[in-house]
Amino acid sequence: MRCAGIDIGSRSMEVVVLEEGEVAAFRQAETGSAPLEQAASLLEGLSWDRLLATGYGRELAAHAFSCSTITEIKAYARGARELYPSALTVLDIGGQDCKVISLRENGRVKKFEMNDRCAAGTGKFLEIMAATLGFDIENFGERALAGRDVLKINSMCTVFAESEVVSLISRGESPGDIARALHTSVVLRAVSMLRRVGFSGKLFFAGGVARNRCMKHLLEIHLQEEVAVPEHPQRVGAYGAALLAREEP
Amino acid sequence: MSQEYRKMWEDLNLNLDAHDALLGVLGKVYGDIYMTQKERPGGMDYFNFVMTEIHGLRIKELLEEKKQGRKIIGSYCVFVPEELVLAAGATLIGLCSGADFATEAVEQMLPRNTCALIKSSFGFKLGKACPYLEAADMVVGENTCDGKKKAYESLKTLVNNLYVMDLPQMKTPQGRELLKSEFLRFKEALETFTGKPITPANLKQGILTVNAKRRALHRLSSLRRANPAPISGLDALLANQVFFYDNPARFTKSVNALCDELEERIREKKGVASEKTPRILVSGCPMAVPNWKLPWIVETSGAVIVGEESCVGERGTRELTEESGNSLEELMEALVDRYFRIDCAIFTPNQDREDHIREMAKAYKADGIIHYGLQFCQPYTVEAIPLEKVFEKEDLPFLRVETDYSMEDVGQLKTRIEAFVEQLRQ
Repeated sequence: MRCAGIDIGSRSMEVVVLEEGEVAAFRQAETGSAPLEQAASLLEGLSWDRLLATGYGRELAAHAFSCSTITEIKAYARGARELYPSALTVLDIGGQDCKVISLRENGRVKKFEMNDRCAAGTGKFLEIMAATLGFDIENFGERALAGRDVLKINSMCTVFAESEVVSLISRGESPGDIARALHTSVVLRAVSMLRRVGFSGKLFFAGGVARNRCMKHLLEIHLQEEVAVPEHPQRVGAYGAALLAREEP
Repeated sequence: MSQEYRKMWEDLNLNLDAHDALLGVLGKVYGDIYMTQKERPGGMDYFNFVMTEIHGLRIKELLEEKKQGRKIIGSYCVFVPEELVLAAGATLIGLCSGADFATEAVEQMLPRNTCALIKSSFGFKLGKACPYLEAADMVVGENTCDGKKKAYESLKTLVNNLYVMDLPQMKTPQGRELLKSEFLRFKEALETFTGKPITPANLKQGILTVNAKRRALHRLSSLRRANPAPISGLDALLANQVFFYDNPARFTKSVNALCDELEERIREKKGVASEKTPRILVSGCPMAVPNWKLPWIVETSGAVIVGEESCVGERGTRELTEESGNSLEELMEALVDRYFRIDCAIFTPNQDREDHIREMAKAYKADGIIHYGLQFCQPYTVEAIPLEKVFEKEDLPFLRVETDYSMEDVGQLKTRIEAFVEQLRQ
């Protein structure tokens, strides 16, 4: 049986097709302003027996492709369980939100936290800050890794943090150090969210922001333990959805 | 909309354009949220009618009452004793506070980080869009939370008939004394205002009338213990909301008629959702008309709400007033006893509320609890944190939501609530 999962996020969308439990196809695209057209072209030429949609665009997909939906929480929890069976906590930082999921020993969701309404401390935040500093988002993490821990960004609000960054630049601070401080502020926010769900270790870190090496590095420093990042952090949602599609009654 | 109503609204000095816009939105939202529900009981037709006439026929009735010399008393809180108002030959109505209105003007009078309910009450005044407020001969404010208490100082500059009642914050003998003296002061104020003395006979009648409508809601609540749920949480909430507006006798009759039908449904094992649907208890801040945001999200996410631990719900109506007294003294004591039992979060400590949530979760066989906190409502949002810890320890999943009346967070809320429902299903 071929089972597919599609994860339509705020910034990117991914499709995973599983055949006999193995990934037979994986595709990714930017969500853009016409997500439905984008999703249709992403799915073009693929075939499946079952499809399950997740992410912000799940309802859109459900209508267009007549499939069921699940939330990102469930999809990430399932994907994490498969990729890192002993995971007890999942951190997913995507384009516009940050989610923390605490799992039971059997992989079921025990509790979760998610930012309420603004994109503070998410991929969007890092993207805007990188642009303010004149860095490409793809190597923002590397620049931050090279920076020193000498500055502190106090505000989590994108708008306020941006003005903090502007004043640090005008004070002559090094862009690398500022980048480092920005990463630290995102990490501290994630850590406090992790503590709220009763962080008990075995962290699996996914979502687009998990591709940023500095994020992983700083998380490990602040949590004082190793953090597992999968090979394709952005496809965990689609992968989890595909696995769940297979397990549907 | 009939010309008659327009004339009525004009006479009440409403801003007709703004009011038209409000009714337009209200009608659309009601249609989208309520009329699309499946398997609604026929008894909800009455409540549909009440909603379409909420600023029409009901206002007309109140104006008729005024013509007969009856006073209209408006309130924002379940601590204002309707029994006394009825005894004094007046009518009590809940005032509009469930939608954002004239926000810009409001924020010139109140800080931005004031809860949506308080802001809304100002918005309806500043935007001249609440016919109940304009028809009220007296508006009763009450010192519950700091936000309301201080806001009444500013509201006083907008309404010329504001009466403020003080309330205790601790359930001590001294606290009870304060409530008693405030109820006696309110009784005298009502008597002076209406010119009608409150007697043992009319107070007893007031108690019987209000208890009757509470009993009707108790009956409705107890029917919601059934699985499958015979009525949606949205519809049950609506009945609890209409409690504050409607003529008491007619309300009682309509809720009882609805209950007759629900009993029939339960016998036939018919419901609004399948037996496997996760059952949710909503607990927290009041939801005034037309604030249906949270229950709408919950019930379109595959769950059914089986109880409201809220002022617009069981916190407001759980307790009956003892009816057996014959002297004024006995009846006033009974009234004080009854209202002093309300487990509002302005009280400290407030163990009763935790116990009631536990009792309700058990009685209604709830699979999980969603705590509804209005952003910036300190009493409830502060209580929510220890409550979450307590219930999670007891293995009752608990989701803490903080929101307001705006729609900007609906996407995120929907994801959180759907994920919570998935968690209950697993």
